[in-house]
Parts: sequence; structure tokens; C-alpha cells
Amino acid sequence: MNIEFIADLIRAALIAATPIALGSFGGLFSERSGIVNIAIEGMMLTSAMVGAFVAASTGSLFLGLVLGLTSAGLMAALHALVSIRFKTDQIISGTVINFLALGLTGHIYQVYLADLPDNWPGFSTFPQIPIPVLSEIPFIGKAFFNHQPLVYITIILAIVIHFVLFNTPWGLRMRAVGEHPKAADTVGINVYFTRYANVIIGGLLAGLGGIWLTLEFVGQFSINMTAGRGFIALAALIFGRWTPFGAYGAALLFGFFGAVALRGQSTSGAAAELWQILPYALTIVVAAISRPIPPAAVGKPYEVE
Amino acid sequence: MTTNDEKQEVKEGIVKRSLKQMIVPILAIVTALAIGAIIIMVTSGSLAEGAGKVVDGYGGMLYGAFLKPNGLLNTLVATTPLILLGLAVAIPFRTGLFNIGANGQFLIGALVGTIAGIYLPLPPVIHAIVVMACGFLGGALWGFIPGILRARLGAHEVINTIMLNFIAVGIVNYAVREVFRDPNTTSVRTYYIQESAYLMRLSGRFNLGFFIAVLVAILIFYYLFKTTWGFSLRTTGQNPNAAKYAGIRPTWEYVIAMMLGGGLAGLAGIVEVQGLDRFLTEGNTSLGFTAIAVSLLGLNHPLGIIPAAFVFGALRTGGDYLQIRAGLSVHIVAILQALILLFVAAPTIVRWYLDKFKIQVSAGEETTISQGWGG
Repeated sequence: MNIEFIADLIRAALIAATPIALGSFGGLFSERSGIVNIAIEGMMLTSAMVGAFVAASTGSLFLGLVLGLTSAGLMAALHALVSIRFKTDQIISGTVINFLALGLTGHIYQVYLADLPDNWPGFSTFPQIPIPVLSEIPFIGKAFFNHQPLVYITIILAIVIHFVLFNTPWGLRMRAVGEHPKAADTVGINVYFTRYANVIIGGLLAGLGGIWLTLEFVGQFSINMTAGRGFIALAALIFGRWTPFGAYGAALLFGFFGAVALRGQSTSGAAAELWQILPYALTIVVAAISRPIPPAAVGKPYEVE
Repeated sequence: MTTNDEKQEVKEGIVKRSLKQMIVPILAIVTALAIGAIIIMVTSGSLAEGAGKVVDGYGGMLYGAFLKPNGLLNTLVATTPLILLGLAVAIPFRTGLFNIGANGQFLIGALVGTIAGIYLPLPPVIHAIVVMACGFLGGALWGFIPGILRARLGAHEVINTIMLNFIAVGIVNYAVREVFRDPNTTSVRTYYIQESAYLMRLSGRFNLGFFIAVLVAILIFYYLFKTTWGFSLRTTGQNPNAAKYAGIRPTWEYVIAMMLGGGLAGLAGIVEVQGLDRFLTEGNTSLGFTAIAVSLLGLNHPLGIIPAAFVFGALRTGGDYLQIRAGLSVHIVAILQALILLFVAAPTIVRWYLDKFKIQVSAGEETTISQGWGG
């Protein structure tokens, strides 16, 4: 265990935490406003595919980012429409979104992306952005200050979301419709609008997690590449008690397990599979012991009178 | 005479009611196929090419699922686990719980049963039955955990079953790769179970499993609707408070429902091993998610689940011919599954567009099963 190895581990944990945290922020906006979201996985997968598709066909990372986020936002809008307008069971709606995303991305991959046309420009992932001066510090620089953009952006987002959630009227309305929609309705908050808006914002954030997969991490799309990250994000959200800092902390912990799992086989001898189940097992244990309290109205359709 | 007339009337009433109940599932399937066709056309080169692909693709699915030699039997093979998994979702639904952990229960059941199949020295028939029982127990254990956590601590079963799905994948992968791996082959799988634990194959891959699944569905129907135990279970789902006043313990019913559901998912897992591969491989399954659609399409009724599982079994079996006949990807099947689930779960959508086109049909009530994370 030398210091280089530890720096490397921290670095890997920060990277692995990024999509998990983004996914859980996506879930946070949805669930804080009263809509259960087990469709984080599907939203991430959608934006990962669309982002890679657009970036590879146009050569523009920016266009890939914008349209990728839009596609995840559309999936979220569908989840919101089915849950709010048609008052369908929100867990079933989430299951539908996950299936739909898996099928649509798989189908489009097979039709357009399995063999990339030669005349497509393709793309390379977001560049590394070393923070001046700080990245030169030994150990700390490598671990914390020499990352690709979404790693930094996610940390900034945690702070911004904390501020929005607890210190702005928008955040207050969001929490109000998630805890007691009727009371919110009585004081003139538009429950439907608030829920639609926050579910869609959540979709964009989860979508950013999908963008991380293709445009920042891997550089291309493959079928079902989210591989359960959307569900780990859900675990992080619950583990972090529906707060942005809590969710980020949990994502970091889970990211650390993931990083250890990758290196575990060579160093400790413990099987990678067993490290991989640790986040899920911990979530069950912690949820059983500490009994995190979800937003009171989450999962219940609301009828404006 | 009058009693006969009355009986006749009641009979007609039942037929009418069942027909009415079937409207939503049938409309859901038709709508899903129509939207699927649109998706195929949009993602084809031209409209004519797209239309051709739809005809070839859907025609191919019909051929693959029913008409081709052994097609129907293959569909029944694919139907088998879906019947058991559909029941695994439906029974907890009936108590007001949402079991989206059928994947994990399926895997753990398959693992426990496979171990019993490899190592227990038992005579034929008895061995096969014991192995099935072990599969059931493995799945029941995996259902017990979220059940007891819900009953004792109020922890939400949806979260816990999602987590347990992933834990099951980890455990099974570890067991298959590191513990029970057959060293005599390069493919990653366990040893074969003993022949005494096989479920007999009747033709091709078609085996006794199908009859076991149908029998179990009938038994569950009897249990749910003809016994006091089943009555308690259903009452808990309809109104936990009323159940409490009637002397039923809802928490106890939660544990029973999750164990029974988990057990049947585990049985699905081990029956697949005993009837088809005869060994266990690594990897995940998504059949448990399909099972949610099966349960809803079958109106959460054990006897409705049999035809619903058949529909999804046909989709899975015919799906290969999307590719063979029309060059389409099997992913279309996932899209169709999603759409069918959407339209059975939200009949309000179907009703809304029927209203738009001024078609008069009464299309069922919306389903709200889960009660959010809080319970």
C-alpha cells in the first residue's frame, strides 16, 4: 500500500462516483416532488446512446451533450405524463421506461451504430482539465485536481442543488408538493407544474450521468452499458436520505467499493463479485437500522380539486 | 326450471364480465404492436421498406412462435418460467406488496437447487422433487428478507428487492465462477446436476416443467380464492385495517406472500435448470421484470397469468425471427413488452385515445398497487 496506490484509488473513486451521484440527483428532484423514480437507469441509458450517436455522426461533443440530455428529458417527461396525467402506478411506469430505453437504444444501436458509417467523423471523450497550480501538488493533485469536466461539475452540482433545495422558493415548492401536495395546493402552488418540472429536471441530471458514460468515460455506446448504475444511484439516494450531500457521499462510498473491486482481485484476494454486492447489502442494512424517511407523498397520485 | 335459468344467467354474466375484462389486455397488445410497427418504419430506409419489414417481422414472429416445427412447443418452454414468475409477482400484489425482486429469487432458487442436484445422492423422481423443493426454499429465503424487513421495520420492499437482485447476481456469479465451476470445460458453468434430478424432456426442449407450472397456477388459484389463508392474504391487500379488525395480522401476511412469491420464482429458476441446461451459468436475468407485465396482463389472477405468460412466451420465442426474417433486432421485443405493460397498467391512456376517436368502450379501472416508499 504505497501512497501512489492510495492516490490512484481516490481518483478512481471520484470518477466512479460521478455517474452514480448524477443519477441520484436525478432521482432526488423527482422523488422530492413526490414522484418515485426507478427509471434512472433507463434515462441514463437513453442519453448515453443519443449522446454517442449525435457526437459520432456530427463530430460535435456539444451537440451530443445537448441532444443526449434532451432525450433523457423526454423519457422523464413520459414518466411524468404517465404518472401525473394518467395516474399510473409510478413503479410500473418506471419499469416501462427502463424496458423502453433498453429496447429503443438496443434497436437504434443495431440499426445505426453497430457498424459506424465511414463518413462519420466520430469523437473523442471530454479532455482532462488539470486545475492550475493545484494539480501540481504531489498526491493531492493526482487524486483531486486532474479530472475530466463532469467530475468537477458533479461536485459543484451537489452544492448548487443543496442551495436550491433548502434556500430557494423553488426548492420549498418542490419539497411542499412532495410532502403534502394538498397543503401546497391550498396556498396556491401549482402541484402538477411543480411535479412535471422537477421530474424533467431530474431526467436531465440523470441524463448527464448517461453522457458521462459515453462522452466522458468510454467514448462509444454498447448495449445495456449502464449495467445497473441507475439502480446504484437509487441506492445512493436512499442511503443519502434524499439530500444532495448525502447522495454524493454515498456515491463516493459506492464508487470506492467499485474501485476496490476492480483492484481487489490482484491485491487482496477477495473476489470482485463480493466487493460489488457491498453497496447493495449496506443499503439494506443501513435502511433497516436508520429507517430513512422518504418524502411523505412520494408514489401517491394527486388529484387537483 | 327457474334455478336452471338463474344458473344460465349467472353463467352469461360471468362470460360477459370476463369478455369485458379482456378488452384492456387485448387493446394493449394491439396498440403495442401498432406502435412497434411505427417504430420499425421510422427506423427503416424508406416507408415501403419499413412496411415490408413490419410484415416480414411480425409474420416471422408468428411463424417462429407457432407455425414452425416445434414452434408451439418452444413457446410453451418459454411460457413455463413466466407462469411461475408471474405468480411470484401476483401473490405479493394481492397483499399490496410490489415484488420486483423475482430476478434475484429466480437466481438464488436456481443456485440452491443446482447444488442439491449436483451433490445429493437420491433415487430418480425423489431427487427431482427434492431439488425442486430446494429451489423453492432458496427463492423463499430471498423473498423472506424483504418480507420480514417490511413486516418488522416497515422498510420498503421495492428498495430491498432491487438491492437483493444485485446481491443475488453477485452471489451466483461468485458461486458459479469460484466454487461449483466445472473445470472440465472452458465455458463458465457449474457441474451438471445428476440425471436423477432431470425433468424429463418430451420433445426437443419441451419438458415436464410446463405441466408443473400450470399445476402450480391452479393450486395457487385454489389457495387464493378457496381457502381462508388466501382470503386473509387478499383482505390484507384490499384493506389492511379491515384485515386487522377481522383478526388477521397484515405483517404476517406480508411475510407469507413474499416467501410464497419468492419460492415460486426460485422454482422457476430451478425448473429451467432441471428441464433445459441441467447446469447453471453466470449472468443476470430480466425475466423477473417481464413477469411484472405478465402479472398485470393476467389481471393478477393465477388463471389469467397462464395465457398472459403464453403471450410473452410467444413474443420471446418469435423474437428471433424478427432478425431471421426481417433483419430486425430482437430489441423490438423489449419495446413491445414495455408498451404492453404501459397500456395494461394505464388503461386510462387507452380510454383517453378511444374517447378522442369517439369509440365507446368501457376500459377498466387504473391500477395503483404500490404506495410509494413510505408504505
